Amino acid sequence: MISLAHFIVLGTVLFCISVAGIFINRKNVIVLLMAIELMLLAVNMNFVAFSRYLGDPAGQVFVFFILTVAAAESAIGLAILVVLFRNRSTINVAEIDSMKG
Amino acid sequence: MISLADILTLLPESFLTIAICALLLLDQFLKPAQRSVTHYLSIVALAVTGWLVLQQFGEPSAFGGMFVRDGIAILLKLFVLLTTALVFVYARPYLRDRALFVGEYYVLCLFGVLGMMLLVSAGSLVMVYLGLELLALSSYALVALNRDSPLSSEAAMKYFVLGALASGMLLYGMSMIYGATGSLDLGTIHAVTASSTQRGMLLFGVVFVVVGIAFKFGAAPFHMWLPDVYQGAPTAVTAFIGSAPKLAAFGMAYRLLESGLDGLGGYWQLMLALLAVASLAIGNIAAIMQSNLKRMLAYSTISHVGFLFLGLVNGQPEGYAAAMFYAISYALTAVVAFGIILLLSRAGFEAEEIADYKGLGQRAPWYAFLMALTMFSLAGVPPLFGFFGKLLVLKAVAVPGTLWLAISGAVFAIVGIYYYLRIVKVMYFDEPEQGATAIARPADAPVRMVISANALALLILGITWGPLYGWCAQALGITK
Repeated sequence: MISLAHFIVLGTVLFCISVAGIFINRKNVIVLLMAIELMLLAVNMNFVAFSRYLGDPAGQVFVFFILTVAAAESAIGLAILVVLFRNRSTINVAEIDSMKG
Repeated sequence: MISLADILTLLPESFLTIAICALLLLDQFLKPAQRSVTHYLSIVALAVTGWLVLQQFGEPSAFGGMFVRDGIAILLKLFVLLTTALVFVYARPYLRDRALFVGEYYVLCLFGVLGMMLLVSAGSLVMVYLGLELLALSSYALVALNRDSPLSSEAAMKYFVLGALASGMLLYGMSMIYGATGSLDLGTIHAVTASSTQRGMLLFGVVFVVVGIAFKFGAAPFHMWLPDVYQGAPTAVTAFIGSAPKLAAFGMAYRLLESGLDGLGGYWQLMLALLAVASLAIGNIAAIMQSNLKRMLAYSTISHVGFLFLGLVNGQPEGYAAAMFYAISYALTAVVAFGIILLLSRAGFEAEEIADYKGLGQRAPWYAFLMALTMFSLAGVPPLFGFFGKLLVLKAVAVPGTLWLAISGAVFAIVGIYYYLRIVKVMYFDEPEQGATAIARPADAPVRMVISANALALLILGITWGPLYGWCAQALGITK
């Protein structure tokens, strides 16, 4: 039997993977965008599980909003990535460090 | 069911949405030489929206409590609209000099304003999230507005990644709060948290929500993005990001923490106290070492966020009123500081290094005077506007139990005076560099008038701060 706790643990694991993906990754900005998507999906998993468990559809409605915003967010992220690549000819995270202090 | 009253309540936001869409469409048919039409129409749109906010059509709450219109929402919205209109006025010469005078700037800023208006009126977690994202997504695109600048695109990428991380944190906290309380409505969450005894999951959620708020405010230790974004973004965009969103962030913190999670006040107040002291320390000390004025103002923002948090720590209406007063005074002061950077810059010259201000007192005495006034207000020198913000906040925390916060706030305020006075020293006591440009341009006359009025308002509002504080207190239901 799969209980609520299983879903919450899965959500937490996905969330931790995505946060680790953002902080450990030093190579590629596209991986950062993937980690951000994964983070939002982990949250969606939580919302759907809670919504089902509580018998309250509001959580699932929130998920639709999150999915929509996530789509817009990756569009903007990729657009910024294209601009960045045009200017710097690199998408290596470690090389994006011209401002410090 | 959507009733007529609901739509009437949302009239200012609905009007702004339609106006933005119309502006976006109209802008496509304008020749570059006619771009001023977009500029003036967006200011008119802001003014009409402000008038509609003041009229208060409809009910105090709409769409089943999703949208709340109380005194706080009205006051914050009015100042968001005012600050944005000021930014538009100051930004125009800068944008025109750099081939950035495009409709997108206005449309994106206005969408950001719409997001802020929804955010400060949010009555549900969904509305908080949507308002916040509308503001954030517009800001990411704005930072990258100058597509040919490597610094801008780098700043936009950093802002995007850390902003998205913050949204993710906030959402994760929201999902935990939803799971623990069974509702997305802030009023219901308030009722449940006040009485619940099972607090494990709720506290887990609160931690993430506070981290999300701290990220969005730029409070230390979640401030990494802020200096880079302030420095990298075109100054016209920095002026927008550095002023009005602080008001909205106060609104968001108030909605989530006070309207929603008041029952857990003891926990989040401690977290905010630690964030406040960290922000005061890191902001003020790191600002001393900066040579770039925009970057220095970014660290100064971090320290001001620390002060704003001090007001929230108190958890009493007096503290919130002080924090709101502080947010308003900061937004109106920051917009002058960035406005002067915008006015002094030219095509190919950004005027963003502190060394660019050498001898400004001889080259342009009036600008130097306005800049000095702004710096004194940011530093909190009486009788300027910023002083009373600091005074009210410190007064709110100077009670037994949080006295250490008041003392550290006062100490770091004194540390902060050093780097603000350094600007004044550079302007009045350093010799101008060889070939420093002349300042006055005849085309800027209206801009000069507005910025002078804005800077002098800092002095006038400092001397007569009573009415504004009265409005803040009234919005929070404090009866004298």
